[in-house]
Amino acid sequence: AMEGGPSARIREGDCAVLKRDEVFKAVSVLRRRKIIFEKQWFYLDNAIGHIYGTTFEVTSGGNLQPKQEVEETTTETKEAGTDNRNIVDDGKSQKLTHDDIKALKDKGIKGQEIVQQLIENSTTFRDKTEFAQDKYIKKKKKKYEAVIKIVKPSTRILSTMYYAREPGKINHLRYDTLAQMLTLGNVHAGNKMIVMETCAGLVLGAVMERMGGYGSIIQMYPGGGPVRAATTCFGFPKPFFDNLHEFPLSKVQSLLSGTFTTETLPAEPEENALVEEESNGLTEEKQTSLQETEEEPTTEATMEINPIEEQDTMDINAEDTEFKENKEKENKENVREKQIKQWERRKKLIEAAALLGEKNADGLIVASKFHPTSLLLSLLDFVAPSRPFVVYCQYKEPLLECYTKLRERGGVINLKLSETWLRNYQVLPDRTHPKLTMSGGGGYLLSGITVILEKGKSDSSSSEALKMEEPSSKRCKLQELPC
Amino acid sequence: MSFVEYGDTIKDGDTAIVFLGHESMFPVKVQHGTVTQTKYGVIRHSTDLIGKKYGSKVTCSKGGWVFILHPTPELWTMNLPHRTQILYSTDISIITMMLELKPGSIVCESGTGSGSLSHALIRTVAPTGHLYTVEFHHQRAEKARQEFREHGVEHLVTVTNQDVCRNGFGVSNIADAVFLDIPSPWEAIGHAKSALKAEGGRICSFSPCIEQVQRTCLAMEEYGFTEINTLEILLRVYNVRTISLQIPDLGKAAEDNSSSGFDSSNPSQQGSPCANLQQGTVQFKSGVPLREVVGHTGYLTFATKS
Repeated sequence: AMEGGPSARIREGDCAVLKRDEVFKAVSVLRRRKIIFEKQWFYLDNAIGHIYGTTFEVTSGGNLQPKQEVEETTTETKEAGTDNRNIVDDGKSQKLTHDDIKALKDKGIKGQEIVQQLIENSTTFRDKTEFAQDKYIKKKKKKYEAVIKIVKPSTRILSTMYYAREPGKINHLRYDTLAQMLTLGNVHAGNKMIVMETCAGLVLGAVMERMGGYGSIIQMYPGGGPVRAATTCFGFPKPFFDNLHEFPLSKVQSLLSGTFTTETLPAEPEENALVEEESNGLTEEKQTSLQETEEEPTTEATMEINPIEEQDTMDINAEDTEFKENKEKENKENVREKQIKQWERRKKLIEAAALLGEKNADGLIVASKFHPTSLLLSLLDFVAPSRPFVVYCQYKEPLLECYTKLRERGGVINLKLSETWLRNYQVLPDRTHPKLTMSGGGGYLLSGITVILEKGKSDSSSSEALKMEEPSSKRCKLQELPC
Repeated sequence: MSFVEYGDTIKDGDTAIVFLGHESMFPVKVQHGTVTQTKYGVIRHSTDLIGKKYGSKVTCSKGGWVFILHPTPELWTMNLPHRTQILYSTDISIITMMLELKPGSIVCESGTGSGSLSHALIRTVAPTGHLYTVEFHHQRAEKARQEFREHGVEHLVTVTNQDVCRNGFGVSNIADAVFLDIPSPWEAIGHAKSALKAEGGRICSFSPCIEQVQRTCLAMEEYGFTEINTLEILLRVYNVRTISLQIPDLGKAAEDNSSSGFDSSNPSQQGSPCANLQQGTVQFKSGVPLREVVGHTGYLTFATKS
């Protein structure tokens, strides 16, 4: 089946996600490669062959070992206090010193045993209430019992990970907001979608997951090429990329006005091509490796969120020097390869232009750092009537303007400006309450549906539409609420 | 047309959405020879709808006009005939993502209710996935079957008329995800576990009351589910309005106007406050929250079988 995805077992070369408590990290599963996660280092070698979702413990030498299901050690004396009236914070309740604990760790004692020792050496533990004891154990377990779960990447996991680790890279698009976008945009198999994002390729990946390899996606990109660092983390099978197209934003106007021809594209000189690759290293590299035979597995650098750009720039510089050194020997071969690459790039560009030119896309998803108004006013022309569109913006104000301009343009109905709030709960017997913190902002969405734009009449019809759709305050009744 | 595949033109037998204006729309079953009444007059299906493009403006007999829209699960949710309380798109979207649904996923659901969530699930798992939905109310189960037929998605869904708490989902070890929206979900957790694939999957339970959530979480723990997590999602909708606020008269002389702090040099600028000192008002655009909003639908509890 097209939707395949990674198998249930961890395989070498897979894109996987490490999870410790609520912290995630995307990695490439490679043998003999040191991974540093949550201040620990280890190798993934032993994880290969295990089912996704398995929990591992880090043992000496950085090996992973599947964690045995241990019966919770509830056999200890169930002694507990009722309140804290006699508990004094004198800083001396723990009889183990820092050095003692370090010595235990250095001896390679299991985290579980260290926690047990901490409990035994706490003079106040037995006077704590049952709930306080529970909390104490949980806190110590979190610190000393290093268990790592290896999970399959998904939009759920990657969007949560990005929002926690690198919110700046995804314009603070919170995962519940992304979920709204996919639903409001009716993203599903068979669609022809237009995606314009500057969210590291996370939104593109989410759309690709929902389309399962059926249909086509045209990614609009600013600058030298689309960024797909997060897309790579999904580990999509190769066929998913067959119908993924890209088109530069800078050519949109010429495409809309009909002046776009492939002749207007400069026959890219070599320096130019290099510059482009530099600003776009990851994508180009990934794409090439996808197009050609998979001779080298994805490096860890592409999976790390942080150092992608620097890493790639360095690689390319190195390539550049190498290129010069071996110039005489490989010059001919290189030129030919470049020409092929250029030709392929051009062919893909023509394909994308043709797809857009049909002006029958099934939806438009925008989530970028740019002001949304001009993007919407142009890109909506490529969308068929009676199709949804969704625009994300970190801020509300640009969407207010976008709303007004879309009304003036006409050809859109059911415009809605919205935001979601997300609240997490602690659910425990007698201790259920909302979690202490919730996210302050996950961005705003403007969504709507396209309709046939009547040319020439746009002014009158839009004023009519305005009258028709402008909600009057009197009509704010409950039954009208979109839930 | 079908709910899982876009079509360009309106055909006999389609379910289309008639859009009258702001938040005012209804579904219509397109049939040759049929007419539909709207407040703008009559729509004749044979001449006004069939063969026209989705997204067209249709003029009704009294001269008013409406738009005809292609159905989507989201439009259906806003317009379906209620047989029960339903889930709305805000909850549906987080359920879909947190259950990791995609084309090919096998999902179990109970109860079917009015089929609001069912349509969204089917859309997401098509064309190779499947929905097994269980509804203990005979008439509701039958009505759901009929709707799935009419919407061209019957091959993607199996409706079973039985009590999920007693008899389970009627399948075992095949589901990637299970969704529960029943009064006593804790009684169905065991069945959910056996419906899920041996290698694992995701579960979600929707409950309005916290006591239900507590019992469900205990049951999930008992059956070995991990990553148990309860959350709530709320939608805030904003009306876009142009607001003008009056400037108070502080008794200042007219020559002080230039230093009043308002930038009146480019009054047509969008988004920035626009001072009209002659009239004594400042205009600006604002996103105004609705006067009354939904404060609670239900708690969503997610967990993993691994």
